[in-house]
Amino acid sequence: MLENLVELLPEIGLALGQTALMLGIGLSAAVLLGGPLGVLLFLLSPGQSLSGHRGAAIAHRLIDAVVNTVRSFPFIILLVALVPLTRVVAGTSIGPLAAAVPLSFAAIPYFARLVEQCLREVPRGVIEAAQAMGASETQIVLRVLVREARAGLVGALTVLAISFLSYSAVAGVVGGGGIGDLAIRYGYYRFQTDVMVLTVAILVALVQLIQFTGHRIARRLDKR
Amino acid sequence: MSDPLIRLDGVSKSFALPGGGRFDAVSELSLSVQAGEILGLIGKSGAGKSTLLRLINLLERPDAGRVQVGGRDLTAMNPAELRRERQRLGMIFQQFNLLQNATAAENVAFPLRLHAGRSRREIAERVEECLSLVGLADKADHHPAQLSGGQKQRVAIARALAPQPDVLLCDEPTSALDAETTRELLATLAGINARLGVTIVIVTHELEVVQTLCRRAAVIAQGRLVETFDVADASRHARSPLGLELVRLQQQAARLAALEASARETSQVIASIGRREVRHA
Repeated sequence: MLENLVELLPEIGLALGQTALMLGIGLSAAVLLGGPLGVLLFLLSPGQSLSGHRGAAIAHRLIDAVVNTVRSFPFIILLVALVPLTRVVAGTSIGPLAAAVPLSFAAIPYFARLVEQCLREVPRGVIEAAQAMGASETQIVLRVLVREARAGLVGALTVLAISFLSYSAVAGVVGGGGIGDLAIRYGYYRFQTDVMVLTVAILVALVQLIQFTGHRIARRLDKR
Repeated sequence: MSDPLIRLDGVSKSFALPGGGRFDAVSELSLSVQAGEILGLIGKSGAGKSTLLRLINLLERPDAGRVQVGGRDLTAMNPAELRRERQRLGMIFQQFNLLQNATAAENVAFPLRLHAGRSRREIAERVEECLSLVGLADKADHHPAQLSGGQKQRVAIARALAPQPDVLLCDEPTSALDAETTRELLATLAGINARLGVTIVIVTHELEVVQTLCRRAAVIAQGRLVETFDVADASRHARSPLGLELVRLQQQAARLAALEASARETSQVIASIGRREVRHA
């Protein structure tokens, strides 16, 4: 019975690498693009500092609608719908790099929303105090909002990482590879229950690890 | 009289109400504050006193009127100029509004790091100086969560004073504190005014605060200035209900003091009688 597993060991290593690659790209895109988008969403919302500018209300509604629309796609549909875009960006529609495109596409608005929620937790008075001291918009974002919400932001990233670990399994559909793909191809299609159990066990361990690490970092950062 | 340090000329501010319509928080109000004085803004809740205070450093931009500090018109400044000018106007709040994820020292350093031109060493020295000034030099590395309410407000005062402002704006600074801590904090504020010459404008609904700290009081009702008077001369000049209440408070305090004095006298007499009887015995 263990023969299946021994035979698959090199594949498991490869799959782990592919999962890490997909998650790495997806989460980086989320932080680098979704983070600023979330900040913008927050600053444009009624009562916040950018809401006084002309067109702020329209911009806010627009971004809000786009974020909601992308988030309402079932991931597997997004995966297929984005194939043309994936071909342009990654040059192919198969493999972990290609799968990283729809993953990033889904992760950006997801993280933007989480960031917006976190920033809402920062007391209004603290932002006002910074304004009263002559802080600029950028200084308020970097030195007040991010600092005060940092524990929540790490928590949001943890949630995102875990969600996208399971999303990456769906990416197997387009030949994205990764642990989830392994579970489907061997465990499900070939009825190799031992492989299924092992891959699920690996995923469980990964989720525990991500959650534990995220939680610890968030707790260390939180001085409130 | 010399030119006032702060001068509000016909400032108005209204807010949109959720159900439509507008609420006039401050209506065509003019007020001057002399350099070095301690002015109390008093009024019932919703009278517009907090909005008035926030108009001075343009946390609220007036719909009409001018705000001048030190002869410069804040309402005419571009955003960058206004940010620089705000270093001259320190502010403290009811809820302290400290950065929770920063130590006391980092909080005090915050306004100094916002504006270019100060070296790391200058900042460190100024932070130490300001924390010592409020008696918290030993708490520099504590986070706000580890401090008491009074200590947090002291850190906030140190933070407000760090850029060496001319004015300290105080928005109900003692409302979240108990009576004992309030007394200590008012003494700190009085000391800052006396030693550093910082002009203080304080919003409060507690008449005791006015009585203890302020040299002059301005009564605000429905967004308008009802009257101003010297606190020491309140009995002669105050006409508004709140002003008269302050006078009653002063009379009460005077009666209490007189009562205490006579009680002391009586007990001395009793004691001396007691001594005499002991001698006779």
